[in-house]
Amino acid sequence: MLAKDMNTVYNDTKSIISAKDVSVFYGEKRALKSVSLDIPENQITALIGPSGCGKSTFLRCLNRMNDTIENCRVEGNITVDGQDIYAPHVDEVLLRARVGMVFQKANPFPKSIYDNVAYAPRIHGLAKNKDELDDIVLASLEKAGLLDEVKDLLNESGTGLSGGQQQRLCIARALAVQPDIILMDEPCSALDPIATAKVEELIEELRKNYTIIIVTHSMQQAARISQKTAFFHLGEIVEIGETEQLFTSPNDKRTQGYITGRFG
Amino acid sequence: MSILPLIILLLAMCATGYWYGSKKALSAPLPVRYLSSGNPHQFGLFVVVWGVLPPAMLFILWLVFSFLPIDADGSIAQQIDKVVFPALIMLGAAAGLYMAIREINPKLRVRKSLERCVYAALLLASTLSVFTTVGIVLSLLFETIQFFEKVPYSEFFLALDWSPQTAMRADQVGSSGSFGAVPLFTGTMLITFIAMIVAVPLGLMSAIYMTEYASRRFRATVKPILEILAGIPTVVYGFFAALTVGVFFRDVGTAIGLDVVTESALAAGVVMGMMIIPFISSLSDDVIMAVPQNLRDASYGLGATKSETVLKVIIPAALPGIVGAILLAMSRAIGETMIVVMAAGFAANLTANPLEAVTTVTVQIVGLLVGDQEFDSAKTLAAFALALTLFVITLCLNVIALLVVRKYREKYD
Repeated sequence: MLAKDMNTVYNDTKSIISAKDVSVFYGEKRALKSVSLDIPENQITALIGPSGCGKSTFLRCLNRMNDTIENCRVEGNITVDGQDIYAPHVDEVLLRARVGMVFQKANPFPKSIYDNVAYAPRIHGLAKNKDELDDIVLASLEKAGLLDEVKDLLNESGTGLSGGQQQRLCIARALAVQPDIILMDEPCSALDPIATAKVEELIEELRKNYTIIIVTHSMQQAARISQKTAFFHLGEIVEIGETEQLFTSPNDKRTQGYITGRFG
Repeated sequence: MSILPLIILLLAMCATGYWYGSKKALSAPLPVRYLSSGNPHQFGLFVVVWGVLPPAMLFILWLVFSFLPIDADGSIAQQIDKVVFPALIMLGAAAGLYMAIREINPKLRVRKSLERCVYAALLLASTLSVFTTVGIVLSLLFETIQFFEKVPYSEFFLALDWSPQTAMRADQVGSSGSFGAVPLFTGTMLITFIAMIVAVPLGLMSAIYMTEYASRRFRATVKPILEILAGIPTVVYGFFAALTVGVFFRDVGTAIGLDVVTESALAAGVVMGMMIIPFISSLSDDVIMAVPQNLRDASYGLGATKSETVLKVIIPAALPGIVGAILLAMSRAIGETMIVVMAAGFAANLTANPLEAVTTVTVQIVGLLVGDQEFDSAKTLAAFALALTLFVITLCLNVIALLVVRKYREKYD
């Protein structure tokens, strides 16, 4: 009820992703209960909520990463640019190229920095020759704000970087596929405050060209960088709203309880 | 007194010591017991350890002495064996138990002493296998040295002719034998090569299927079945190779106009490959499972398909383990005897043609040591030389495997 009302308010910005009545089952267990959410284009949408509330599960529905989990079933309707991504003819591999993902734990491949970023362009055949590939790699590192730090280390292993650099490398790697949407699953939870600040700065910078959906446990982070926030609780969306409004005057008691630190 | 009653008596003494020791520990007043450094059960064990240690030491000492060449009168030796030694052991045990029980008081650091006992026992267990290896190598080494006194190195390592027939009596008609081991080693390599060609792709692909593609239920049923392969006695593989596969290859060969002997290197190699599939698949399976899930997620998240992920992320990350698995399987194949005895035969041909009969080092060792032989003839000693060479080769393989694993581990961690 409430969720619907809030959505109508934000229809002035075009929504790029629209989820309707999405339910997710892990075997018999229902992890997500009829969640509906519209994601506005070129904005940062934050998903907050206590652990196990289904926010990561929801995020993983948006690029069908849940397909890789055995026994996981997704019901409902999710469209990206008006196209149903769970329709039978949709190639989930191409979808994941359009909807990139950055994970909680920085997970660079045990390859060189260059090969990490070049991984996706290579498998998708985005570059015709070595020069083009070089351009893509350097541009992606540049966009991720990492180029200055690693331009002499391109052939060094990506796992040798610091935690924050690794996470930005993962972002660069995701950018190299030229996605429209980037999903971030608690990208800063393993980083120290300085590295976090850098990654946040980068996320805000990326908003100009990408739609970003970020799952976070840090309410300050959600408040700092997002324009829209959805509060998940026990597999449902309790409240969706403009970030500032949601944090200053939440409509729901549970939201208020969570953001003031009374539970969660 | 024979050994069995002695052991029973010892055990009884230790049990009593345990009971008494724990009782004595319990008898301390309660506040003291709280401060004590172990529970009654540990005090009991402490006593038992002291009851067992002296007899064990004495026993080892006695073993050493009985091997020493002491010229003693038979009856005296028997006297010592039957009376003095058991008495000494009993005395040692009793003294140990008594001392330990007397030592018991709450301040005794009994848990630390027991920890030292555990440490010693574990150390002993691990060094024992090392000593066994050393013993094996030494026993091979001495016989090999004897062999090379009779046959020059150059002949063994360079000559191309193997027919180890020596005359048993001076007047017997017969050659002095020729001991060129080259055909044996080429035969071994040929068969191992064929086995690896069969086993590596099949084993690796089945491991990839099991870890990345198969559903959990399929994996749970099929994987144990695959591992049954590893439990089949090699003799059975030998039957299979000699009676089924060899004949099949010969028939196919005849049908397409090729001359294939029944005891071909191909049949032996293919069946040996079958035998080592479970080694490669099961070891690689573990290694692939150990590749962190988040690397898979990263690859899928970038829009890679399963096969791309396997090829470009999982295999490279698991490579050190896979190489290790392959080299281990290879040493296994090189040392395998039964299949080649039954399927490849004894003809020492120097050939690279898998359709001909070849023989391997292990087969020849069997051939040399089976039957009546003097133990100092060149023929028998040749078996030791072959065995030592084989051992060195597999040792080198294992060392290379270790080096490869270590090198890549630095790169992929």
